[in-house]
Amino acid sequence: MKYDKDLIIIGAGPAGLAAALSSKENGCTNILIIERSQYMGGILNQCIHNGFGLHTFHQELTGPEYAARYEKSIQDQHIPISLNTMVLSIAAHSVTYVNQTEGLVTLTCHAIILAMGCRERPRGALNIPGYRPSGIYPAGTAQQLMNIEGKSVGKRIVILGSGDIGLIMARRLTLEGSKVLAVAEIMPYSGGLKRNIVQCLDDFHIPLYLSHTITQIEGKKRVEGVTLQKVGTDRKPIEGTTMHFDCDTLLLSVGLIPENELSIQAHVALSPITHGPLVDDTLQTSVAGIFACGNVLHVHDLVDFVSEEAALAGKMASDYVKNGEKQRNNIPLHCKNGVRYSVPQSIDPLEMEQEITIRFRVTDVFHNRSVALYANKTLLKKIKKKILAPGEMETITIKKTQDIAWNEVQALTIQTEETV
Amino acid sequence: MIIKELTCIGCPMGCQLTIEFDEIQKKLLHVSGNQCPKGNRYAHKELTNPTRIVTSSIKIEGGEIGVVSVKTQKDIPKSQIFPIMDAIHQTTVIAPVYIGSVLIHDVAGTHVDIIATKTVLTRKKESTDTTL
Repeated sequence: MKYDKDLIIIGAGPAGLAAALSSKENGCTNILIIERSQYMGGILNQCIHNGFGLHTFHQELTGPEYAARYEKSIQDQHIPISLNTMVLSIAAHSVTYVNQTEGLVTLTCHAIILAMGCRERPRGALNIPGYRPSGIYPAGTAQQLMNIEGKSVGKRIVILGSGDIGLIMARRLTLEGSKVLAVAEIMPYSGGLKRNIVQCLDDFHIPLYLSHTITQIEGKKRVEGVTLQKVGTDRKPIEGTTMHFDCDTLLLSVGLIPENELSIQAHVALSPITHGPLVDDTLQTSVAGIFACGNVLHVHDLVDFVSEEAALAGKMASDYVKNGEKQRNNIPLHCKNGVRYSVPQSIDPLEMEQEITIRFRVTDVFHNRSVALYANKTLLKKIKKKILAPGEMETITIKKTQDIAWNEVQALTIQTEETV
Repeated sequence: MIIKELTCIGCPMGCQLTIEFDEIQKKLLHVSGNQCPKGNRYAHKELTNPTRIVTSSIKIEGGEIGVVSVKTQKDIPKSQIFPIMDAIHQTTVIAPVYIGSVLIHDVAGTHVDIIATKTVLTRKKESTDTTL
């Protein structure tokens, strides 16, 4: 069967752009990238702080600079892209989109790469009592208002959640002349990178209240104040520990959710933990010919790893286009003992590449603990770690050259263990 | 002598450093709490010559979007962050602005330039939507 396109990539953020470049490099020529906004670059456009590209380019870039490098490559490679174009639905081998110039279009395609990114958890997900006044923003929305549109969001700010966007915004707001009164985190540890705690909070003497949450939002038209309360180990508020802050703005940095409405339409199976597609070592989803990478697959801390993962998806999708569907015998990769999830969730040990990277997160903060990888009951690898934290994505590699009867392996297991 | 507490950012470990520092001679007397030599280097840099890259945005007139993102071309002394922000706040530029172009020369007397970190083209007449 002849398809309109070999490969359609949905989303022109860091994942979509890196996937497109890699698929072209690997011989796929009839590609189309579809992007709903008027620009390439996705979330990088509003991430104007630096710290991007240390792994990919070995220098520190800002988000827009990192995006610009990929955009230039896309243009140099003449990879077609439809901006201002909304994908309405996908199925195996077809994509339906709409835009102002072409109207409603359905294209058939051999392969699809999902690269739609993620969105923020809103206030509605938190059940905080109070009216619905203005002045409550998801941190990333405030970031867009300030960094793209040049608008001010508020003068006296409290931030709930210590995710990286919240920390970055604490510094940004302080530099813009607002007063950030407090950052509250319900967990006993921060969800953000250490570097951000130090350079965004400590540098400006912004207090971080661990094991605290917001239990009341005051104000009817505009936020007038919030109540902070300490929580116990069960994460329930403890009576008699309330603190009040007069503020006009509350930012929420309380997690990101992969944006998989399109994936669900195509009957792509999702993981209840990552909220992204279940994939094998080729980053192929449960639907043949549909691949996924970047934050739509699982939420990353560093864009460099998104680019790396997306490059793999691009390569694997172009292999699929070249060779068609392969019979695969995937075996599961189980996560146990403090490992919360892994991507991929399954691998085919006979068909896999020479070396594959398993990305995973742990459930808790662990000091001086090891990460172990087993094939059936055989230990393949054990890595000592001084620290493991949920906020820092970890990786472990599997080498095909490892001396083991791969055809007898029924399952892999990754777990934390005591360091002996 | 003063005693300072710092969190090392050399790796995700985030060691809590306790530093004995001679303020007059600007000399580190002792660093403890670190588990590797990075902690020493970090403490030394932070106490004798702390620097940062400042990133922000500058108002742009006639651009496709409202502001253009900027940064200091090199790292600047930490003490200069707020003087630099004042200079940034007082500046407006006119579209188009191209990535890498200098928008403020020698900002706040630091001998460092403020450069654009993205390209912002001139707004087309029919397009009034500045949202992404």
